[in-house]
Amino acid sequence: MTSPRIAVVSAGLGEPSSTKLLADRLRDATLAALTAHGQHAEVVDVTLRPLAQDIASHMLTHNPSEALDAAIGEVIDAEAIIAVTPTFNQSYSGLFKSFFDVIEEGQLASIPTALGATGGTARHSMVMDTAMRPMFAYLKAQVVPTGVFAASEDWGTASGLDRRIAREGQELADLMVAMPRRREADPFDAESDSFVSFEQMLGHA
Amino acid sequence: MSSMQFGIFSVSDITQDPTTGKTPSEHERIKGWVAMAKKAEEVGLDVFAAGEHHNPPFFSSSPTTTLGYLAAQTERLILSTATTLITTNDPVKIAEDFAMLQHLSDGRVDLTLGRGNTGPVYPWFGKDIRDGIELAIENYALLHKLWHEPVVNWQGKHRTPLTGFTSTPAPLDGVAPFVWHGSIRSPQIAEQAAYYGDGFFHNNIFWNKEHTERMVKLYRSRFAHYGHGEPEQAIVGLGGQIFMKPTEREAKERFRPFFDVAPVYGHGPSLEDFTEMTPLTVGTPEQVIERTLGFRDYAGDYQRQLFLVDHAGLPLEEVLEQIEILGTEVVPVLRREFDAVRQDGVPDAPTHAARVAAAREAGTQLGEQGNAWTEQGARTDFDTGAAIARQAGE
Repeated sequence: MTSPRIAVVSAGLGEPSSTKLLADRLRDATLAALTAHGQHAEVVDVTLRPLAQDIASHMLTHNPSEALDAAIGEVIDAEAIIAVTPTFNQSYSGLFKSFFDVIEEGQLASIPTALGATGGTARHSMVMDTAMRPMFAYLKAQVVPTGVFAASEDWGTASGLDRRIAREGQELADLMVAMPRRREADPFDAESDSFVSFEQMLGHA
Repeated sequence: MSSMQFGIFSVSDITQDPTTGKTPSEHERIKGWVAMAKKAEEVGLDVFAAGEHHNPPFFSSSPTTTLGYLAAQTERLILSTATTLITTNDPVKIAEDFAMLQHLSDGRVDLTLGRGNTGPVYPWFGKDIRDGIELAIENYALLHKLWHEPVVNWQGKHRTPLTGFTSTPAPLDGVAPFVWHGSIRSPQIAEQAAYYGDGFFHNNIFWNKEHTERMVKLYRSRFAHYGHGEPEQAIVGLGGQIFMKPTEREAKERFRPFFDVAPVYGHGPSLEDFTEMTPLTVGTPEQVIERTLGFRDYAGDYQRQLFLVDHAGLPLEEVLEQIEILGTEVVPVLRREFDAVRQDGVPDAPTHAARVAAAREAGTQLGEQGNAWTEQGARTDFDTGAAIARQAGE
């Protein structure tokens, strides 16, 4: 059996990026907690910056580039997501939102998810509850209770960032073990039990 | 008629020519369509298919009117649609309009059904886009009945019931127009086409080929499941989008300004990237031939190939030139090359004559003396004209 895969989506624009740094820390915390469960996961990084133009083109034409198609595939096929965005105007960045906008409806239903955000000061930390959680609720993802917001100052003080990261990683690992995602059957698979035959459709009509 | 049909289809957009700043009038574009259809017949193409829209900047709100006119102006061309809205049109009116057209054109008509993706059109016609699939299924079930049964009693969810209704005129020679079902990525529509043993059409433009491949594959396997034949005997049509000049450089130079601001994909990916992602081909006739022959790799042997040549503001003379090149340089080679590799047992493209012959052989033809319904026992005592005549004779 292959290891479950965690997709780490980060929408940071800088290089190096504190958003990516937070994403990496959440990843490590999750892997450590999974190890304690006697499990292992593979990790794939989905960094959105290099996909920005492809995401815009996809919105205009409905055609994903090969690179974007691969990135979307990594996310929708994963067993869990860690999603981290910088805070812009008290919300997720447009790039972060746009990436999830080009994923088809229903593809993230029930997927265990850990959220993170970065910003200049802790006054932006509401982004997690006012923007990110509502969006992932709409996507029907299972989001863990803790969401880590890292302000610039958190990286240099004993603000409890490590503790919060460890807790969120623990929560994601627990959720992956206790309530792994349920997968919808491929609607093009005529052999699957949930395939809707035309006789059934006529009955509905 | 050969094993495959080739032609053009149009969405009927009125778009400014970005190279001259000129926007054609509705009248110019409508007359342009007539010129395109006549040109298509003149250069040996087989099909002209009209889109249907009910909002500007599109003009084609009434395809059967257009096709009726074209039927009188042409002799061989098959008149079709791309697509007829099965969701918002009354299936009774579709049955009547296309049967009428079938008679006037001596059988040179078929149609492609689609759902339409413009949200407001649904409420404008009293429907809800969320019912799209359900409408497509129920309305076609009724349309199919109207074309195969002389007296229809029917009740559904989306239309007033029918009691003792006879759709007139009866289909020409007792054989209904051939129906294609078009969809980009809804498995239910591939399933619908398969269930009835009808054709499946994929527009194959604007989208990556994986959509086309997945839909055609499902349709073929389900066509066999419902007992209509082997998967490779299913009837498949594809679209395509092309622009040709003697050299690739000339083609790209001329087309790029139209591409860059085109309503569907403008301001997005580069011409080169979009060509890579979708079946769009901008280059020489040889390049179009090679690309089109490649469609068979993912769709199998298929029956109909339609090209989009007239959108994004391309001026009429340019469009007519594209049709000319298609007819003289591209399609003759495609016919030859496709025929050379076609597997045994793959059916020819559907024509009225062939369908009548097949129905006669199978014993499924509904009468053959000129009024299929009367021969099938349809009542005439509801016919006002006949009643008046009877009364006058008494």
